[in-house]
Amino acid sequence: MPNLSSKKEIFLTGLWKDNPVLRQVLGICSTLAVTNLMVNTLVMDAGLIFTVCMSSLTVSLLRNYTPMRIRMMVQTLIIASYVIIVDSIIKAHLPDISEALGPYVALIITNCIIMGRCEAFARNNPPLASFLDGLGMSLGYSLILITIAFIREPLGFGTLLGIRVMPEGFVQWTIMIMAPGAFFTLGILVWISKYILPNAKNGVERK
Amino acid sequence: MTPINPLTLFFAAIFTNNILLTNFLGLCPFLSISKERRSAMGMGAAVVFVMASTTVLNNWIYYKILLPFGLEHFRYIVFIVVIAAFVQLVEMTVERFFPALYFVLGIFLPLITVNCAIFGASLFMIIRGYNLVQSLAYGAGSGIGWWLAIMAVSAIREKLQKSAKLPKGLEGPAITLIITGLLSLAFLAFSGMIRVQ
Repeated sequence: MPNLSSKKEIFLTGLWKDNPVLRQVLGICSTLAVTNLMVNTLVMDAGLIFTVCMSSLTVSLLRNYTPMRIRMMVQTLIIASYVIIVDSIIKAHLPDISEALGPYVALIITNCIIMGRCEAFARNNPPLASFLDGLGMSLGYSLILITIAFIREPLGFGTLLGIRVMPEGFVQWTIMIMAPGAFFTLGILVWISKYILPNAKNGVERK
Repeated sequence: MTPINPLTLFFAAIFTNNILLTNFLGLCPFLSISKERRSAMGMGAAVVFVMASTTVLNNWIYYKILLPFGLEHFRYIVFIVVIAAFVQLVEMTVERFFPALYFVLGIFLPLITVNCAIFGASLFMIIRGYNLVQSLAYGAGSGIGWWLAIMAVSAIREKLQKSAKLPKGLEGPAITLIITGLLSLAFLAFSGMIRVQ
């Protein structure tokens, strides 16, 4: 049974040291698209954090009862069920944002981070540790997405959370609201992170 | 809404609405497999085939089974299961009857199940209300568009590896993302030629 300090360690590893986006470049598919507006990013992040934590917890609880051969299928079904819950909640309470996010909420299912955590951690570890691992990883992921949105929204629209932040007469960078802006921003962030993060020499490139 | 010509849809999915470059789908395998052209080729071909087949399959299931029984809330689960089952089936068939092809595509097929582009194509098709023929055109077009993008980037990366001296830290994912950004910028030039929402 892991003690208190190792639990903290698990949490911090995901949050910063082994950050899923910067270090593993995982799970960027479904969420890069929504980072041109801060509001959308926050809603998406909340959905993702819920899904990662709950599915890690569930996979961990069922780890002794899941046959090895069909475990991927079981994990996918668990993840899909939680995503349906998230999707229904967003649709019911935030219809405008649901409209803007379109299919990207459902695409949380195929977000590699969730499957990655279930496979790499939750299926061999006790529930509480898995939950913390999921929380750390998804918070680390959200942190990066919020950073990207923080760069893209002011430059692209001149606003932040819908409030004007750039001075009058600021020429909006249309490129930042379109796809190339997201690729450039993330590429540069990954580049910078190689210098900041500890022992970043091995550029990990995993599925 | 006027029905869109499937052929228009096909070309729109390749160029103006490229699923990778404008919708960010299928990035994870894209980043890890675009290192060399050979594997990019194999993965691309597998994606084209699976995407075209599963969009048609999911379209049929959604309109003929899920909607009449009021089960559309379960569409995510159904779609993902259909994709996984289809991939498994194809893998077994190819292994049994076309060993040579299996040697080329084999390792890429299981990876496809978690490719967001495949699942995303099915979702877009439902949201935009395509019929069976349109979804075939859309699925095939998106697959080819993805293939085109991964081939372009892998060719650029191979050249870069040989000739360019990159700053430390920029190699690997960072430079790939920036190349993809430039490519996406290039593809923006196509937008406006065909207008499909």
